[in-house]
Amino acid sequence: MKARVHVTLKNGVLDPQGKAIEHALAALGFGGVNEVRQGKVIEFSLAESDPAKARAEVEAMCEKLLANTVIENYAIELNG
Amino acid sequence: MKAAVIVFPGSNCDRDVQVALRQSMGSEPLMVWHKDSDFEKVDLIVLPGGFSYGDYLRCGAMAANSPVMKEVVARARKGVAVLGICNGFQVLTETGLLPGVLMRNADLRFVCRDVRVKVETSQSLFTAKYEQGQAIRIPVAHHDGNYFVDDDTLSAMEDRGQVALRYCDAAGEITAEANPNGSLRNIAGVYNETKTVLGLMPHPERLADPRMGGSDGRALFDGLVEALR
Repeated sequence: MKARVHVTLKNGVLDPQGKAIEHALAALGFGGVNEVRQGKVIEFSLAESDPAKARAEVEAMCEKLLANTVIENYAIELNG
Repeated sequence: MKAAVIVFPGSNCDRDVQVALRQSMGSEPLMVWHKDSDFEKVDLIVLPGGFSYGDYLRCGAMAANSPVMKEVVARARKGVAVLGICNGFQVLTETGLLPGVLMRNADLRFVCRDVRVKVETSQSLFTAKYEQGQAIRIPVAHHDGNYFVDDDTLSAMEDRGQVALRYCDAAGEITAEANPNGSLRNIAGVYNETKTVLGLMPHPERLADPRMGGSDGRALFDGLVEALR
């Protein structure tokens, strides 16, 4: 089974990198771009084939390592 | 007094801390490699600055899950004094021993210069040799020192006096101009609830000898040695 974890900043947490991207897009002439937020995507394959167990396992990974839940949210996608 | 300096792959201030501790203690600190989870009993554990594990994923995230840190966390919970400097501060927040998180500097630039920080209280193991409100000169060198914590935690921390240091100007005023990285309320260092764990972004070990151009950092190590003797 393939897992994909999206880690994004929580609402209300300032994202200076997102702001810099927003300004760079504006400087390149892409108008009307607002609220840019930068995050990260982490992909991996899992030996576990049961979807419920796999989800629980990936959630534990997110809580322990993949996301810092003080400032970040995570979303899990499972395929296969 | 016995002290240990934890050395991660990518630590680069471990030997500066070793020199500063040797100077204040008059004896050698123990240097502990990150894979050694079993080291002798010490009164102080220092997590030095650097780029542990290449700062992969998030600064301090990998180090926080290393074998040695399980032992450090267990000892800290029993009351052993722990000092985290720069990357060490990031590691301490990632382990949950200290609240909050160090985010990318607000202007996105690596900042490397002397700053002034105001010592909020002299009532701690770490600051007994400073005056309350004293503005000391210490260098910072970091890309991710922008302290953030949620509002509720922040107000609880302020109530308990957990803010140890704030960036200030030469006159000791807490101003936006004196804030090098965008930290909430100019926070440069925080304690845990019992004030036995301190994390700070500035590097006291880098100005702990007049030959290095200043010695404002020395009192932190001298104070620890006196308190933990």
